[in-house]
Amino acid sequence: MAKVTVDGIEVEVPNGATVLQACEAAGKEIPRFCYHERLSIAGNCRMCLVEVERAPKPVASCAYPVADGMKVFTDTPVVRNARRGVMEFLLINHPLDCPICDQGGECDLQDQAMGYGMDHSRYREEKRVVKDKYVGPLIKTIMTRCIQCTRCVRFAAEVAGTPELGGTNRGENMEIGTYVEKALTSELSGNLIDICPVGALTSRPYAFVSRPWELRKTDSIDVQDAVGTAIRVDSRGPEVMRILPRVNEAVNEEWMADRGRFSFDGLKRKRLDRPWVRRDGKLAPATWAEAFAAIAKKLEGLPGDRIGAIAGDLVDAESVLALKDLMAAYGSANLDCRQDGAAIDASRGDWFRFNSGIAGIDEADALLIIGSDVRREAPVLNARIRKRWSLGKLKVGVVGPKTDFTYPVKVLGEGPETLTALLAGQGFAEVLKDAQRPMVILGRGAIARPDGAAVLATAWQIAEAVGALKPDWHGFNMLHHFGGQVGALELGFVPGQGGKALGAMMGGNIDALWLLGADGFDPARIGAETFVIYQGHHGDRAAARADVILPGAAYTEKDATYVNTEGRAQQAFLAIHPPGEAREDWRILRAYSEGVGKTLPYDSLAQLRARLAQAAPCFATLDAIPASGCTDMTAPASNVALGSAPFVAALPSYHLADTIARASEVMAECASIYGGAAPRLAAE
Amino acid sequence: MALADKDRIFTNLYGAQPWNLEAARRRGNWDGTAAIIAKGRDWIVEEMKNSGLRGRGGAGFPTGMKWSFMPKQSDGRPSYLVVNCDESEPGTCKDRDIARHDPHTLIEGCLLASFAMGAHAAYIYIRGEFYNESVTLQAAIDEAYDAGLLGKNAAGSGWDFDLYLHRGAGAYICGEETALIESLEGKKGMPRLKPPFPAAVGLYGCPTTVNNVETIAVVPTILRRGATWFASFGRPKNSGTKLFCIQGHVNKPCNVEEEMSIPMRELIERHAGGVRGGWDNLLCVIPGGSSTPLLPKSICDDVLMDFDALREHKSGLGTAAVIVMDKSTDLIKAIARLAAFYKHESCGQCTPCREGMGWQKRLMDRMVEGRAEIEEIDLLENVTRRIEGHTICALADGGVWPVQGLIRHFRPLMEERIAQYKARHTTMPMAAE
Repeated sequence: MAKVTVDGIEVEVPNGATVLQACEAAGKEIPRFCYHERLSIAGNCRMCLVEVERAPKPVASCAYPVADGMKVFTDTPVVRNARRGVMEFLLINHPLDCPICDQGGECDLQDQAMGYGMDHSRYREEKRVVKDKYVGPLIKTIMTRCIQCTRCVRFAAEVAGTPELGGTNRGENMEIGTYVEKALTSELSGNLIDICPVGALTSRPYAFVSRPWELRKTDSIDVQDAVGTAIRVDSRGPEVMRILPRVNEAVNEEWMADRGRFSFDGLKRKRLDRPWVRRDGKLAPATWAEAFAAIAKKLEGLPGDRIGAIAGDLVDAESVLALKDLMAAYGSANLDCRQDGAAIDASRGDWFRFNSGIAGIDEADALLIIGSDVRREAPVLNARIRKRWSLGKLKVGVVGPKTDFTYPVKVLGEGPETLTALLAGQGFAEVLKDAQRPMVILGRGAIARPDGAAVLATAWQIAEAVGALKPDWHGFNMLHHFGGQVGALELGFVPGQGGKALGAMMGGNIDALWLLGADGFDPARIGAETFVIYQGHHGDRAAARADVILPGAAYTEKDATYVNTEGRAQQAFLAIHPPGEAREDWRILRAYSEGVGKTLPYDSLAQLRARLAQAAPCFATLDAIPASGCTDMTAPASNVALGSAPFVAALPSYHLADTIARASEVMAECASIYGGAAPRLAAE
Repeated sequence: MALADKDRIFTNLYGAQPWNLEAARRRGNWDGTAAIIAKGRDWIVEEMKNSGLRGRGGAGFPTGMKWSFMPKQSDGRPSYLVVNCDESEPGTCKDRDIARHDPHTLIEGCLLASFAMGAHAAYIYIRGEFYNESVTLQAAIDEAYDAGLLGKNAAGSGWDFDLYLHRGAGAYICGEETALIESLEGKKGMPRLKPPFPAAVGLYGCPTTVNNVETIAVVPTILRRGATWFASFGRPKNSGTKLFCIQGHVNKPCNVEEEMSIPMRELIERHAGGVRGGWDNLLCVIPGGSSTPLLPKSICDDVLMDFDALREHKSGLGTAAVIVMDKSTDLIKAIARLAAFYKHESCGQCTPCREGMGWQKRLMDRMVEGRAEIEEIDLLENVTRRIEGHTICALADGGVWPVQGLIRHFRPLMEERIAQYKARHTTMPMAAE
């Protein structure tokens, strides 16, 4: 520890800390533009200059290491003059077009100019103008506003792992761009908008839409991948205007994936805003009472084993539990939440969770990825792996298709035969064995195939064989794809005693099927005679097949609990109300149950959540993950043999992977630019 | 008293003799190199400290001390010597003559200096525009390899040493030591933050010392003739001999090796044939390359040419490129040209330099015409003060000093220019907002 005196306040900071950190510890605000906690230090904006005793010149506090006994001054004439000078220099070539700038109101340059700048400009010369660059459909550039802090360059190179941005030319003529104009290929590109301290990089879909002070900010959770990114939904009136990440060190740090950030315009399109009932082969608008009556009439008297329910990928835990309870009331055990047919054994939590935890990646020293394109299935989680890799000494092996993970990987093979070899202790298994904290990541896509159970069992056995399953370290991890998948598994929304799985419910094996937001499988597989109830928020393919449509709420429109791939339950709050006659899903189920005399035993969200906490332990404590470590090494059972087909990418198109994204024009544009499948690159 | 021929280090500065090894050996190069190395690393560093040699690249940092910063024991990383031959300072042309006429002084110096800092490899970073010089230097290096002076057991000293020549691509900033290292690594030439200093983390993350060509090239002679010999020239703390590049409005522009602390007037009159039109026709002198502030005639009359004397007058020895301007010079225009140069060469990393150099240049352009207000001279001065000392490297400092020197010594000239312009234009047009 080093003792540093900042403006007479003595603080102790660790050796190797920077002067800026010492100043912050002393409660002194240091203005900065180029400095960002999660990026490398550039030290080029010169805004953070402070005076250090015995230093001949003011020093850049963001880059200067502390020394014991150092005396720092943050408010001397020298410092004030330096800041005022830097501020003036930044502004002389800045267009000062705040009234038409989307960053206005949340702009570092604007704020710091108020705090540290002068009240007038002394610049009488011509201002610089820079041509705007095309960097893709998501980011709008107004490069004249750029202050060359290079945060974006460093983010792209360091965090996203797509070093596509850089500075061309020199001095005053320096421009940030891709040199040859192209759309950025990162799935994390939206974060460039957040880290840009000025209005040079702004959100293209959000351009000229709103001002930050007009927006109501609601905490929520991104359900469009299974990471459980903490987000903030900014809404105005009945509309979601934009979505931004929040900080959650254990999950997403402060990053967010593009699909979750930019597909919210899908929340306004193709929505189910009133009940529909099929009459004479055609869907016709109906009232809630008519819709309920139609369902009640059909279900009445049906034996429980002729009724089934399937939960979708984006559903909240509350409605899953309500549906499960309703099905129990009907005597049905035909439940399933695995629309992709993944051979998940939900009888034990650590067989389907990301047990190491996302923060656990920081500790890993060897990693085996099986059948998962982590970069596109969970971009934020992939960035965490990249961060761990960039600290050094992480070896990554991949079984699956060759793609660009943004960090070097060793491709061990493409199919299950490689797993057999690994289990036999060959090749990369040695690396895993030598590691202190080996990790195995099994993609959900790798078990959504006929031999899925065998792949799951083998992956577990590999983890066990290489010593990844220890009392203090659980190195078996399953990576799911969407925010509603794990919650349903935790609640055991899988076939009960004698119940039918999804495949068995198809082809007319049941008479009535309740789809809770289930759009993830081909509805043509449902038997022609089966009565389909679709409860959900988007008129996607399943709704078209339905006999009764119950309009539900999307994740921004309800107070709900979601469980991420780690088994971390997190609450999202209602940001806007559901459109039209749509209602929160658990309320729909509760209202229906009362009408048919099978009243669900909860009248309020609080009561439902109390029941939730009883149903599965993960709901009892929010934002926490189950204790790490593995004591029972029993592998999941498998009664099939490993096949030979190579693993394939689970999500054919990153941008069109879920119902909300499929309704989004922005995502459609992305898909047309980046192609149905994201570009495949050979691994390094 | 002028420097005697016997005390010259660069005996082939004018290329009167061939540059090759054979001729160099006749001039005394490569004489007893192994014997010097045999005296050991500490002896060499100590000798360099005693000689009082200060870096010849401009900043004047004591060379022996700089070498002593290099780690004595390797932590597994190799050490490197990098020789800065990216001579781009306007007015300076000394390293170029060493490279093309006396390359073996440099190559031998590289070996000795590398040994003194425990480096088995050295890189000479030569300015890209010096194409012919790089060809000569490379030929001289090849010659030295063939003669066993470089490579394994270099010069029979038992020290393995490799020397590489790298051509730059033409950027003034790549003469800054950390930008040079970046450029050598294949990146964009932008100065690095210090600390860490190159002696701790330099080329490829390894301990590195960057020295100017002249600094390295004088090493063999100092070690052969002794520190006391070298220290006997010049005033204390400014000792040794130095190459001066005298140019501008003199009768015979030249490069010349002279004793340090020689009076400026004597230097110009003895070696460059005096100022055009006589000493009284002198307007001012830029004493050390374009980035040092100019000195008006009144100071030039008796100032000594060394680090400390020039610093007393708020200028500097820099690279000792003496730019002489007589009274025919449009001084404001001359300094405006330098301002344009520094604007063009700013790397664009730090805000004050990137934005400020353009502002300074545009203000200077108006000053040349006189299309300004008197108060804007103060604005210009203030802008330069806000640039100076607020950046990562010293380019910004060097870029504003010429303008500061102009304002310090020739403000009446600028005011007069403004008054003349006002007289010609009864209504003052406003500059664009």
